[in-house]
Amino acid sequence: MNHIPTTVSVPVPQGLRPRCAEATCFVRSNTPVNGEYRLLTLDAPEAILDCQPGQFFQLLCPQPDGEHPFLRRPMSIYGYDKAEGRLEFLYKVTGAGTRGLATLRAGDAFNVLGPLGQGFSMQDDWQNLMLVARGVGLATLAPLARMAREKGRKLTAICSARSPELTMSVDLFESYGAEVIIVHDKDGSSTPEALRPLIEARIAKGDVDAFYTCGSSRLLRLLQDLGETHGIPGEIAMEQQMACGLGMCQACVRSFRVGGRVIQRRVCREGPVFPISEAM
Amino acid sequence: MRDLQTVDLSARVGALTFKNPIMPASGTFSEDLADVFDLDVLGAHVLKTIMHGTRTGNPTPRVCDMQAGMINAIGIPSKGIDYFRDEMLPYWAAFNAPLVVSISAHSVDEFAQLCSEVSLPGVTAIEANISCPNIEADGNAFAMRPDTTHEVVTRLRAATDLPLWAKLTPNTGEPVEVARAAQDAGADALVVANTMLGMSIDIDTRRPRLGNVMGGMSGPAVKPIALRMTYQCARACDIPVIGCGGISTLEDVLEFLIAGASAVQVGTATFQSPTVMARLITELEDWMTSRGLISLDQIINTLEAPNAGVFK
Ligand SMILES: Cc1cc2nc3c(=O)[nH]c(=O)nc-3n(C[C@H](O)[C@H](O)[C@H](O)COP(=O)(O)OP(=O)(O)OC[C@H]3O[C@@H](n4cnc5c(N)ncnc54)[C@H](O)[C@@H]3O)c2cc1C
Ligand SMILES: Cc1cc2nc3c(=O)[nH]c(=O)nc-3n(C[C@H](O)[C@H](O)[C@H](O)COP(=O)(O)O)c2cc1C
Ligand code: FES
Repeated sequence: MNHIPTTVSVPVPQGLRPRCAEATCFVRSNTPVNGEYRLLTLDAPEAILDCQPGQFFQLLCPQPDGEHPFLRRPMSIYGYDKAEGRLEFLYKVTGAGTRGLATLRAGDAFNVLGPLGQGFSMQDDWQNLMLVARGVGLATLAPLARMAREKGRKLTAICSARSPELTMSVDLFESYGAEVIIVHDKDGSSTPEALRPLIEARIAKGDVDAFYTCGSSRLLRLLQDLGETHGIPGEIAMEQQMACGLGMCQACVRSFRVGGRVIQRRVCREGPVFPISEAM
Repeated sequence: MRDLQTVDLSARVGALTFKNPIMPASGTFSEDLADVFDLDVLGAHVLKTIMHGTRTGNPTPRVCDMQAGMINAIGIPSKGIDYFRDEMLPYWAAFNAPLVVSISAHSVDEFAQLCSEVSLPGVTAIEANISCPNIEADGNAFAMRPDTTHEVVTRLRAATDLPLWAKLTPNTGEPVEVARAAQDAGADALVVANTMLGMSIDIDTRRPRLGNVMGGMSGPAVKPIALRMTYQCARACDIPVIGCGGISTLEDVLEFLIAGASAVQVGTATFQSPTVMARLITELEDWMTSRGLISLDQIINTLEAPNAGVFK
């Protein structure tokens, strides 16, 4: 490598390693994945690569022509490898910040902050895992595939999209030994009504100990309902507009139902991963 | 080893001395930043404004982007005075850096009561947020007018023996009169300033970008306003001014000091770079060393041709 990535050096409390850091990475590649998504691969310093699936980074996006994204943009970790010094994000171009990301070229320096937030847990009795996700949520859930294999768990991934060619991460899930079921809007297989019997059949076979999902409120309601009926726990990765990403500003709160009360939690700090049963 | 003339970064704000002039701005700082650097390097710790009871804050989205800055309508989510006393104060009191507690309220009575209740051992100074534009309807706040400023600061002064700082708003058309009113009512220092009221609309949905419709602008875009007001207040008043607004580089810090600020607060810049305050302290020391300066007194209030303008 020509470039040596560096972290910003600041005094650190004695004996305490920072849990997250601001670091300069260098772009390895930044390529379209399909019509809507791009994969950004970075050379990253070791100090920021103790990641958990479900955690995220705050990216300082370059300024595209005529636009001025100011705040950092939160992006889930898509892939990471400490030995290789690699960090990946899968993103959808939706506005100024992500248009800025799309301008990154191999060799560019790029400032990231992370890893941030609480990742997915995989409790010991969760042997058979079912992941149900859609769109860019598949980026957030993708690292679960590797975690499942490392822990010797069985994973079924239901990947939903508007049309079959827009489903993402299928190869990645399969490469880690997951069973992939593709559902989409074109043939109606992605509606909650169509998904319910599909998932219930798996539950009946004893194939589901825990659910993982993200974003979509229709999927959340379906899994909350199935989880409650069949006593199956699970986790959801949630999103909210952020400023600091560290827990300081209270921008990113969402409501959760906990013990009969509605409380607010910060997506960046207490989340972005929460129990499915408490999400609203 | 440096030679005899070691740089002294200490900053005096009235009766208080801080080991350096860099402190966080209220609402942009919390214990979470301890994950990123040692918070004891800071001149002081300034906490998010607390109110007396528990409050949830504004609807989301609470923040949006603007060119060279951001707009926030967080509101003041507060866990109340009991939580502050029992949970937060012990944590912050354990640091060497002095603790500044920011408070606010909807009425003068409530404000004064809270002020007396937070005057606890472990608290070094009280910052009265009489300027937060999100609390009262359409951004009206005590610090919009000299008479309401005088009234509330008089009551706060009577409620505490601790150093009392008044945080002003750039939304007023009478900054000098408001600053003097705070001084006359017994404030020990002025924090200049809070956010500037603003708004943003998504043209596709035609909806406001903030759940609260309007919010406070901060970041580099508002720096010239805060700098101007710092200059005005420092010239009009005898009590110290703490500059705040858009500070993100060493040059920004120096501009505020030259304009008359005794210390500065850094807010939004920490969102872009969480390590920025620690860096600014080192950069300030290096800069002073390179110029042969040993004390902030050689920088503070050293504006050349300060009387050249026609505005007051
Ligand atoms: C924890 C977390 C993980 C995320 N992971 C990914 C990911 O892996 N891949 C990906 O493509 N996107 C992800 N997002 C969403 C991503 O942050 C937003 O799409 C991005 O910030 C949009 O920025 P922009 O400037 O391009 O668009 P903007 O012009 O800012 O916004 C475009 C649209 O995106 C919405 N948006 C803006 N910021 C956020 C936000 N923080 N969260 C949700 N929606 C937002 C806006 O309301 C608007 O509708 C994640 C968000 C969070 C909170
Ligand atoms: C997210 C956010 C929350 C804030 N909350 C408070 C607050 O609770 N009390 C207060 O006095 N000021 C609050 N402020 C204002 C800042 O303390 C500061 O005065 C202002 O942002 C200008 O400084 P900056 O440009 O360095 O951020 C807040 C600012 C931001 C961006
Ligand atoms: S983004 Fe600041 S608290 Fe979550």
